Amino acid sequence: MSIGVMLVYGLLGLIVVITALGMLTSRNAVYSALFLVLNFATVAVLYMTLGAPFIALAQVSVYAGAIMVLFLFVIMLLGAEHITQRSTGRGHRVLSVLVAVALLAEAVIYILFRGAGVEMAALPSLPPDFASPAAIGQLLFSQFLLPFEITAVILLSAVIGAIYLTRRERQAAARTAAAEQPAEKPVEEPAEKTPIY
Amino acid sequence: MSINDFLAILPVLVVLVTGVLVMVADVFLPEGRKGIAALLSGLGLAAGLGAALAAVPSTGTAFAGMVVADGFSLFLDALFAAVGLVGIGLAYDYFKRMRLQRGEYYTLLLFSIGGMMLMGHANDLVMFFLALELLSIPLYILSGFFRARLASQEAALKYFLLGAFSSGFVLYGIAMVFGGTASINLEGIVAAVRDGSANLTFLLVGAALLVVGFAFKVSAVPFHAWTPDVYEGAPSPLTGFMSSATKAAGFAALIRLLLVVFPALGENLAPVVSGLAALTMIAGNLIALVQTNIKRLLAYSSIAHAGYLLIGLVAVNSSAAGDAVAAMLFYLVGYAIANLGAWSVVVAAEQAEGRGLELEDYSGLGRKYPWLGVAMLVFMLSFIGVPLTLGFWGKLYLFRVALESGLFGLAVIGIAASLVSAYYYLRVVVYMFFRDGEGVARRDVWLNLIAIGSAAAVVLMALVPGDLLQVAAQAVLRVP
Amino acid sequence: MLEQWMYIGIFMVVAMMLPSIAIIIAGLLSPRRPNPIKNSTYECGIETVGPGWPQFRVQYYIFGLVFLIFDVETVFLFPWAVAYNRLGLFAAVEAALFIAILAGGLIYAWKKGALRWL
Repeated sequence: MSIGVMLVYGLLGLIVVITALGMLTSRNAVYSALFLVLNFATVAVLYMTLGAPFIALAQVSVYAGAIMVLFLFVIMLLGAEHITQRSTGRGHRVLSVLVAVALLAEAVIYILFRGAGVEMAALPSLPPDFASPAAIGQLLFSQFLLPFEITAVILLSAVIGAIYLTRRERQAAARTAAAEQPAEKPVEEPAEKTPIY
Repeated sequence: MSINDFLAILPVLVVLVTGVLVMVADVFLPEGRKGIAALLSGLGLAAGLGAALAAVPSTGTAFAGMVVADGFSLFLDALFAAVGLVGIGLAYDYFKRMRLQRGEYYTLLLFSIGGMMLMGHANDLVMFFLALELLSIPLYILSGFFRARLASQEAALKYFLLGAFSSGFVLYGIAMVFGGTASINLEGIVAAVRDGSANLTFLLVGAALLVVGFAFKVSAVPFHAWTPDVYEGAPSPLTGFMSSATKAAGFAALIRLLLVVFPALGENLAPVVSGLAALTMIAGNLIALVQTNIKRLLAYSSIAHAGYLLIGLVAVNSSAAGDAVAAMLFYLVGYAIANLGAWSVVVAAEQAEGRGLELEDYSGLGRKYPWLGVAMLVFMLSFIGVPLTLGFWGKLYLFRVALESGLFGLAVIGIAASLVSAYYYLRVVVYMFFRDGEGVARRDVWLNLIAIGSAAAVVLMALVPGDLLQVAAQAVLRVP
Repeated sequence: MLEQWMYIGIFMVVAMMLPSIAIIIAGLLSPRRPNPIKNSTYECGIETVGPGWPQFRVQYYIFGLVFLIFDVETVFLFPWAVAYNRLGLFAAVEAALFIAILAGGLIYAWKKGALRWL
């Protein structure tokens, strides 16, 4: 491995770790979310360097894009941007440190004794355009055609669920009433806090 | 791809397409005419049932090895379509009564049924995962269908979180199996095991994770924690459908997966599944003893029945594998019929705002509504496994297979657990007939039809158990 | 392959550096004499009301959810678009089916009023 590649990986790894730590330690949930965006984007670059450009772009558009937008909306909806009390008890923290140490030890052991233990089954040799979007497109429409179409149905049920579970019936009723009689103003719900935006 | 590929999973396609059509039709239906959505869904399911019954089992694969259309999957297609039809019958009057008539219910129900059917057809780990998601996501939403009820919201959230967790197990298991065999297709996995290129350690870890993931779905102890809360909070017609159908789908996946990995890993995995079976039977039946809410009682009863079925799953790892699968299919059908019948009584007795679900509320119900009472008696006897009911033959075949494959311990636990279960099942009947109370139940033609029809089926089908077992035995799996 | 991406990476780094350098230089060179009026939030000359981070409407969330789902749909269609000339008519039909199924979802969202702002 050349020095340049090592440097790039080191830099990317450093950014990933720092942003992950930033996300965990931020006292403000919005900053946490923004750290997470940076984290996702850097991980996407890592995917790119591993030769999976499609996954990388999907990561950016779905995770760093849409899902983070959703996170931010939820944070702003709940007004949960500030953590008021210190997080959970000591037992929890001790346990998480222990688990983290165990995982780190696992990684170190793996790197030290790599090749000494069990070996994965050999992967079939990869064609040069492996994991390129065009190759994925070809696979998606030949071997994985059925999974592709089933995914559409799964997404559809997610649409129905999202709309059914979040839409407020009363508001919808008021809306139809307003549409039918444009002169009348839609009924405001007094018990509700009216957000400015 | 040719037309044959689509024909192979025709029942699934019919159900899913009907689901999409119902969704589009529903938004144009005026309020109060939602019965049309129910009718459309019923027609779609009937068509799916017809397609499943008319289909000829094939020995090949379709969609580039993604799915099979063997006797096993077609048998399950028919079972799921039939359970779905009954599920619609349970739901129609209930939601009208609860003033929550929505076409979404039927659309999501159809999607979920499509997912369950696909689970039976799956021949590739990707398909197992997608089928799992397709059957689960609509169920998460439907559990929270009473959006204004806290219990329903809790059920949806709990089911979703634990379900997502179990999906994670399944995904991780798939990754491990791929690491061990360089294939996610069942054919490829079997080939890798046969020619010795598979890494059995990774395969074992992967298979164990898959078993854990699907054990969540069939609510085996210790992965059952969600079951009582979800069953209690979800709308009763959904719970009836879910407890009958989801269990069958989960076991369909487990049977197919374990048939593939047992030859290589039987020594390691079979004891684990045996442990699950014993734990599930014991814990399910013991906790059911102290339940006072009928929905929770039936939830623990469904856990207990998952335990009996797990015995059959252990027996799949023996020379009697074919008999074990046939016995499990027989048991699943018997359980589905009795269970749907019992839930139709629960749906009839439930009052607005989730009242009428305590055992106390059933006091005197049997004397006031003798048909419902007698039907409930038949279902409870079938759950216990009293002779002359379908449940008896189901347990008999399962325990016989267990003895044939040398699982004496599990068979003894199963019989003992069945004896214990008599206490809580009969308690329901005692409340219904021998206590005085003001219990009221809904007189609805569909509910009565389901209750009496199921009771008749439980008794009449018990007269010809051998023929039914023959049908189940002919629903052979295509072993890759 | 990796080198081609490298060029894009270098471009992105340079593109991000130019404005940030400009901002940093401006921050270093500008004089700093704060007073309360300067520090107050500027809102087109009008006194600000309430906190700067208000509670959002739930509708943003619904929009976000629907957007997320259709975003995932585009991710699935992207490989099809790239490999379009290699795939032929059958794939076009299948992709149309995929879009049709999700268009059903769009009709649902539309008719249920989830796309309407209130």
